Amino acid sequence: MSTIAPPRELPTAGSGSKASPRRSRSGWWIYLPLVIGVILLVGPFIWMVLGSLKTTGELRQVPPTFLPQNPTLDNYAELFDRLSFARFFFNSAIVATAVTAGNVIFCSMLGYALAKLQFPGKRILFAVVLGTLMVPGIVTFMPLFVLVANLNLTNTHAGLILPFLVGAFGVFLMRQFIGGIPDELLDAARVDGAGEHYIFWRIVMPLCGPAIATLSILTFLGSWNSFLWPLVVANTEDMYTLPVAIALFATGQQETNIALLMAGSVVVIVPVLIIFILLQRYFTQGIAMTGIK
Amino acid sequence: MAGRSKTRQTLVAWSFALPFLLLFVVFLAGPIAAAFVTSFTDLRVTDIKNPLSVDFVGIGNYLDVLGDQRFQKAAQNTAVFVLVGIPLTMALALAAATGLNQGIVRFRTIFRVGFYLPVVTSIVAIAVVWRLLLGSEAGLVNGILAGFGIDGPGWLTDERYALWSIIAMAAWRNLGFLMVIFLAGLQTIPGDLYEAAEVDGANRWQRFRGITLPMMRPTLLFGAVTTGIGYVQFFEEPFVMTEGGPLNATLSLALYGYRQFSFGNYGYTAALSFILFLAIALLTLLMFRLIRPAT
Repeated sequence: MSTIAPPRELPTAGSGSKASPRRSRSGWWIYLPLVIGVILLVGPFIWMVLGSLKTTGELRQVPPTFLPQNPTLDNYAELFDRLSFARFFFNSAIVATAVTAGNVIFCSMLGYALAKLQFPGKRILFAVVLGTLMVPGIVTFMPLFVLVANLNLTNTHAGLILPFLVGAFGVFLMRQFIGGIPDELLDAARVDGAGEHYIFWRIVMPLCGPAIATLSILTFLGSWNSFLWPLVVANTEDMYTLPVAIALFATGQQETNIALLMAGSVVVIVPVLIIFILLQRYFTQGIAMTGIK
Repeated sequence: MAGRSKTRQTLVAWSFALPFLLLFVVFLAGPIAAAFVTSFTDLRVTDIKNPLSVDFVGIGNYLDVLGDQRFQKAAQNTAVFVLVGIPLTMALALAAATGLNQGIVRFRTIFRVGFYLPVVTSIVAIAVVWRLLLGSEAGLVNGILAGFGIDGPGWLTDERYALWSIIAMAAWRNLGFLMVIFLAGLQTIPGDLYEAAEVDGANRWQRFRGITLPMMRPTLLFGAVTTGIGYVQFFEEPFVMTEGGPLNATLSLALYGYRQFSFGNYGYTAALSFILFLAIALLTLLMFRLIRPAT
């Protein structure tokens, strides 16, 4: 599949539903399993947020309470005062931002070359890059660790960022999207004497808004949630990312303090949920853009 | 003249590819090759500053891995996780997608967002929450069961239930992703196929078997492959929820590989990781065979 139509949006309520017209007269009963499903899927999040407002004593009560008896923000205060959650948050944010910027720039550049320029080795290059999509992360983390250790980058932000600045998925996505930009537009600029780098930065990139948005969100989330590599590279607390911090607290001495763990989970999850709810159409666009029909 | 401009274009094209390629070779392709070579050596953490001085041990690491009882246990757990987890997640996702495709207009966005919510969240944080949710005494699940007079088991502390609990959590977390893909697939099926079948007197189940499933084959295949690649490598769930226990009942291949890495057995880890890679390749091939559209 070389080019792809502009991303199809999945139908949403209010956006003029494109759902097949058949069976529009469904009874209320179809809603019942869906409602139960949503409760099962969203319930744990609500329980987590409510739990983060309880004391450890209340969380240990049998039978468990659902609504907090005496809501308190003490857990959050402790996370940020006594444990350095502000630092972990900063580490996660800086790593995810740098990784996202790298993927957007480098993957778009290669995507442009693969989609719009002719050069020997193009097909092999694309095949090799795509081939790495199937390689599990567990294959690379050990040699990466040896490499990063020899560059003296363990326990640094650079060590956390560098290995993930480029990825096959971004190339695939950007190549697909840029392939859909009409050649006439680029040829017109070439006739006017514009160089390829000018064309790429001034014409192609500004047209790639939706693809860049999708790639940014997916890359940012992937980095924000990544665990194995930061676990291996961050040796001291000041370099922990949020998932590493919370996993080590959950399995270490803080294990018994379940109220803190609840609040910590909220700090990891809630920013992502807000991003997702605000920008949800880009998630489904991403799935449509990679060519799944 | 033409040849010159061709050379020029090649140079320009490679200038676009170069930054990516440098990073790609150093941090992705290079390490894959290095891991492969390392799997035939006795590299240990003590050799880390001088990795070229190690000795080759042939397929010794692979024989060690395959003969290791903990590896066999981890392989068995991973097989159960994958072979139960994929069909379970796909069935739930297909049910949700079919439900949402019944011409539902009201609350459509709420359903879609709700089902997708767990997909975007950190597995680690989710695992922490589920560990508390499934706690044997103060956990919400056993609290609800107690309300019905049922004495819930230790979902994560009982050898008989731990792996199944983790499978249930994985299905819970991942079904939203497949649901969105399946929903897109369902919407490409022409409505008149169903109308024709309805006229011929096919009931709901017959229409599902006769039209939906065959038309969805490519989408189902894609879903099975992507879910499978992720499930073979499951790691965070046992790391956070059970630490591989009780009695290695939830030890996964990835978690076992990570442990061997922590012990400094790098050659062994590399061999194990390539066995895992091979498992992914074989599973993918198998799924292509099973689900591939009949020719």
